[in-house]
Amino acid sequence: MSITAIQDEIVENFNLFDNWDDKYAYLIELGKKLPPLDEKHKTEDKIIKGCQSKVWLHSYLNDEQKVIFEGDSDAMIVKGLVSLLIQALSNQPAAEILNTDLYFLDQIGMKQHLSMNRANGLAAMIKQMKMYALALQQIHS
Amino acid sequence: METLSPTSIRPFDPLVVRADFPILHQQVNGKPLVYFDNAATAQKPKSVIQALTHYYETENANIHRGAHYLAAKATQDYEDTREAVRQFLNAASTDEIIFTRGVTEAVNLVAQTYGRQNLQAGDEVLISTMEHHSNIVPWQMLCEEKGVTLRIIPITDQGELEMDAFAKVLTERTKFVSIVHVSNALGTINPVKEIIAAAHRVGAVVFVDGAQAAVHLSPDVQALDADFYAFSAHKVYGPTGIGALYGKRRWLEAMPPYHGGGEMIKEVTFTKTTYNELPFKFEAGTPNIGDTIALKAAFDYLAQWDKQTIAAYETDLLQYATQALESIDGLQIIGTAKHKISVISFVVDGAHHSDIGTLLDNEGIAVRTGHHCTQPLMQRLGISGTTRASFALYNTRDEIDTFVKALHKTLKMLR
Repeated sequence: MSITAIQDEIVENFNLFDNWDDKYAYLIELGKKLPPLDEKHKTEDKIIKGCQSKVWLHSYLNDEQKVIFEGDSDAMIVKGLVSLLIQALSNQPAAEILNTDLYFLDQIGMKQHLSMNRANGLAAMIKQMKMYALALQQIHS
Repeated sequence: METLSPTSIRPFDPLVVRADFPILHQQVNGKPLVYFDNAATAQKPKSVIQALTHYYETENANIHRGAHYLAAKATQDYEDTREAVRQFLNAASTDEIIFTRGVTEAVNLVAQTYGRQNLQAGDEVLISTMEHHSNIVPWQMLCEEKGVTLRIIPITDQGELEMDAFAKVLTERTKFVSIVHVSNALGTINPVKEIIAAAHRVGAVVFVDGAQAAVHLSPDVQALDADFYAFSAHKVYGPTGIGALYGKRRWLEAMPPYHGGGEMIKEVTFTKTTYNELPFKFEAGTPNIGDTIALKAAFDYLAQWDKQTIAAYETDLLQYATQALESIDGLQIIGTAKHKISVISFVVDGAHHSDIGTLLDNEGIAVRTGHHCTQPLMQRLGISGTTRASFALYNTRDEIDTFVKALHKTLKMLR
């Protein structure tokens, strides 16, 4: 499935909720469901700077040369957001990740609803995922 | 015979007080706003907002030099605020009141003038574990430049200074003590009078960070015998971008200027410049005139009530909230000092402060979450941050009930 198709699906899912209580409950559920990152990857160099909570991101290329993202956070709503980003960007070719326009966060109203501090953290997460994709693409080529 | 001024005692009724604060009457995320982030900044009464617009609508002019009516009027009002600050801190003279942007600039001013002039390699500066970053970093910068050593007063698990350890770390090498009067993260009221007396016995000079204390404790710089004391206007219901530094005359006179420019000079030639008298020596450039003038309106606003009445009311809110929070399973209050202002910090098992803050915000409740610019304190306590609720004179028990109910709902979602 393309990143665009996945994003549209996420937006559709969120449109089922008509209030933020339910949207947050859904994010928390996503956060709780995301498998915890292996402790050996929870290192200082994998922490995303700019977040109030701790966010770790780990990435590698699978056998099909697609970028796999794994992530974790000590805060549950943030972990739910990490889960959405992984849903959208993991298991995709590096070039796709680099070229993609992540519009779903705007469309589900997440950026507007988060305070600037947390929105910055979100931007840092996306930037880091693209950096990983770039690095993996260069190793591969 | 005593006369009644228009600002003499008005009965204190928080519901009536709330009407004075326009910002409180709004919905946030579909719920009535509950503003519990007063330790970050207090809201402004109408009179302060009106003073600000009144200044720009009727008397905006540059001060101290203009030869016209508006300049004279603005200068008068600006200097009236200096007198109001003098009274607020009970300083001996307005010459000892320097306007700054706030406490942060005041700490930097003292470190860069008094500090650079008087401290040298081998000397020690003493601060505490519970300092705000603004009372750590300027001293670290000075220490790095001068080869001075930074020493730390430790704290107990309850969040009180270890006074026995203070007595040991205070030596003849200690040349400067910079201490927070009230902790922004914990609410602890520190025994600054005792600290100042002890510091003076070894010949050290003391700066007191009054950012949190000023609004709650009516500090008296002469009774404390503080060498320096600073506060920020925005935490005492005044405008942002203005604050004041009190300094004893003998230090201010001996200190070099901080910034060079207009206003702070007496005479300039290309070979030699002489500096202006106190307090203008430390106020280079056109100051923040409008906000300074509006600060006086904040003092006038507070002067309507007896200070003890407000303090007692805020203490009641603190006790009411403390009792309610203590009954929540897995919740731990961080900072349980015997003497506290109306700040309550807490952590909850299985719920991250960032999530708590987000979900409370969704309920219209404004709290602060995170490390509160006190990372070394958080490291000492072994936590990454807290959720902090802080109360002001316009908050009510009803709001605390709303907050506690929302917190229960929040925790149910998270755990």
